[in-house]
Amino acid sequence: MNYLTQRLATFPLILLGVSVLVFVSIRLIPGDAITAMLGTEAGLLTPDQRASLAAYFGIDQPIYLQYGRWLVGLFSGDLGISVTYGRPVLAVILERFPLTLELALLSMVIALCVGIPAGVLAATRNEGPADLGIRVLAMLGQSTPSFVVGLVIIFVLSVVFGAVPPMGIFTPIYVNPLVNLSQLIFPAITLGFAFAASVTRISRSAMLDVLSDDYVRTARSKGASARSVIWRHAFPNALIPVVTLSGIEFGYLLGGAVIVEQIFALPGIGRLVLDAISQRDYALVEGCVLFIALNFLIVNLLVDLAYAALDPRIRLGGR
Amino acid sequence: MGRHFTHGLISGIALAALLGSATIATPAGAATLRMAWAQDATGLDPQKQTAFSSLRLLELIYEPLVRLDATLQVVPAIADSWEFAADGLTLTFKLNPKAKFSSGVPVTSEDVKASFARILDEATAAATRANFLSISGMDTPDPTTIVFHLSQPDAPILVAMATINAAIVPAAEITAGTIGTKAIGSGPFKLDQWNPNASEALSPNADWAGGKTGVDGITISVLPDETAILASLRAGQTDFALLNDPLVATLVPDEPNLQLNRVPGLAYNVLQLNPSRKPMDNLQVRQAISCAVNRQEIIDTALVGEGKVTGPLTMPAYASDPNTLFCYTQDVEKAKQLMKDAGFADGFSATVIAATGEPPVASSEAQVLQSQLAAIGIKLDIKMMELNVYVDAWLKGDFDMAVAQNGGRPDPYPMYNRYFTKDGNLLKVSNYVDDTLDGLMQEGRKETDPAKRKEIFAKFEAHLAEMSPWVWLSTSYSYTAQLKTVHGFEPSPTGTLYSLSKVTLDN
Repeated sequence: MNYLTQRLATFPLILLGVSVLVFVSIRLIPGDAITAMLGTEAGLLTPDQRASLAAYFGIDQPIYLQYGRWLVGLFSGDLGISVTYGRPVLAVILERFPLTLELALLSMVIALCVGIPAGVLAATRNEGPADLGIRVLAMLGQSTPSFVVGLVIIFVLSVVFGAVPPMGIFTPIYVNPLVNLSQLIFPAITLGFAFAASVTRISRSAMLDVLSDDYVRTARSKGASARSVIWRHAFPNALIPVVTLSGIEFGYLLGGAVIVEQIFALPGIGRLVLDAISQRDYALVEGCVLFIALNFLIVNLLVDLAYAALDPRIRLGGR
Repeated sequence: MGRHFTHGLISGIALAALLGSATIATPAGAATLRMAWAQDATGLDPQKQTAFSSLRLLELIYEPLVRLDATLQVVPAIADSWEFAADGLTLTFKLNPKAKFSSGVPVTSEDVKASFARILDEATAAATRANFLSISGMDTPDPTTIVFHLSQPDAPILVAMATINAAIVPAAEITAGTIGTKAIGSGPFKLDQWNPNASEALSPNADWAGGKTGVDGITISVLPDETAILASLRAGQTDFALLNDPLVATLVPDEPNLQLNRVPGLAYNVLQLNPSRKPMDNLQVRQAISCAVNRQEIIDTALVGEGKVTGPLTMPAYASDPNTLFCYTQDVEKAKQLMKDAGFADGFSATVIAATGEPPVASSEAQVLQSQLAAIGIKLDIKMMELNVYVDAWLKGDFDMAVAQNGGRPDPYPMYNRYFTKDGNLLKVSNYVDDTLDGLMQEGRKETDPAKRKEIFAKFEAHLAEMSPWVWLSTSYSYTAQLKTVHGFEPSPTGTLYSLSKVTLDN
């Protein structure tokens, strides 16, 4: 069995584990779909009223039966119906996903475009003023919570410029790319800020490692230009930790950036999960978490495949 | 390379800013009101929804028989007039013959009968059913007359009917089972689109008996962060918004193009003690807590001054002057003496629960209470909970003390019968009732003379404050903020946005 098939074969098992965990944990939290809908007024319900609502929300049966029913549905491609949206869970998720994917891609582009050059620059000017400056900025980027950055951006835009990107109603890229970009650029900068900081730090340390390698000295002594030594000889070998980090970060971002989506009122996956949890929309929570887990698995697999492509010395599958 | 990079970064940011401002400058839609709120509606069934935003949305789409105006007087909605029989056992409504659903079908007495039958049906699971249990039968002598037969005199039933939870829905939609999926009401607007937790679009209901609406439609955006709502108002992108957080609301008046509408609400902030647990079962301990609390200080610090000290009754028609109630002026010495008499001279420890963000000031309130009660030796441990977890604990009465914001009603009976009568549905939450409270409640329910009712409920309020099962603190304001280009909005203590039907916009 080759490496790819082996990895793919583990997916269903991992997803099954995730589904059991989520199914049980969301039902263990006190409060249910009825209290989520009625709040304290739920106390006014008679037992019969409560039973009728429990049947409506599908929480009237023992948990193992609920899980069994859900699992049977899953095998026929049915993730259930979201009680909040009154529509199939998968349809709701797929509607929200493009925004999250776009935001993740945009943040990654920002992070890589800023982080890699900054990291490389810092490494080549090791301990110089540029290096120190970049390290301070990177530290700041990593230690500033995204809600602070997001709120500062919104504050500056609205108070200083008297304008904010259109919030609330999201315009997809195929409807109006310009409005779409204006809605996503600031959230992407917010996310990209911390992401770029990590990329900077990791590319700096990876470059420092590589730059002290023998082959780099050899290249230098053969008279290769500084530019060629950095970008052609050293940089490709410093990429592996950067790819690992970016892959993991990207995987996280595909799970939705809850806080940034909340601040900028973007209807992405992060807010979908958050709302689903607070409204105890069990089918939706379950569907979202499975979807996020699947994304993470795929991104991880792609990262591993990228190693082999970047460094021919790496053989996947342990042989 | 360094210079190239910096240059690139600066041009990138400049491009981003340009893109932002390029699309931001879109002109306001002709006469569509752009509204924002942080919490979206949670469903469309008017008889079942209890969430604040759901009620506000549905009030624009559906109508009850009667509604409350901004002074909390009962005024006509679908019904033109109404009358209690002399014995108080029948209540007759004459319907507005012009009332029509947005489908174009007239509203008839059969729709009213079917709507109330639905509320009373346990399978519907309408939480407000409890307010209508005195209805023993309904007659529809003609299409515009509906007669409710009551098993006992029930004066507060009229006010109970003046909420959107008693909305009249089309009988045909009840039969078809489409209430909650299709929103067909007789109100000023109809719902064109709803993306839960993201947005709503409303357009005028051409068949509305109230005439023409002032705007061509309303779009509602869900902006979960109230700071973002303020930013959007500031940038002129939102015309009208609901605000919940006093910290954000108090920033609105600083903006030259914005106006803050502030109205004292009926909801009240309260420290609920649990008299089923020791030592809160001891009257002197409860009274000591009430005396040790400085209500104005809580308002000044936790609520940034945005609130008013209140007794149990928050509706202006019934509320007493708080200074006449038991220990409403802080008296730490008396509190200490009461603690000593109760055998707790050294104080005790207790846990107080509060919900995160609901209300936004809950945790600050808990902290101020913690420091005030420390003065009489009570050590409070604050436990913050996610709203649903809190509601679950609250409904089970599983707490020593709870910081709560409970909803108010325009009438004392429906407001407190659930907590402080012997058959109250929420007795498990209050854990307190005595013969005086129960007797006064039953008396107030039957009495139809307003002056006598006021007297009865004043006694009820004074007794409740003295027994101190809960320590009533303050009413807070309900806020809406708007651009100054919006005209004609009339805020109401019930929080209703119904007057958006007559709002107009400057071009």
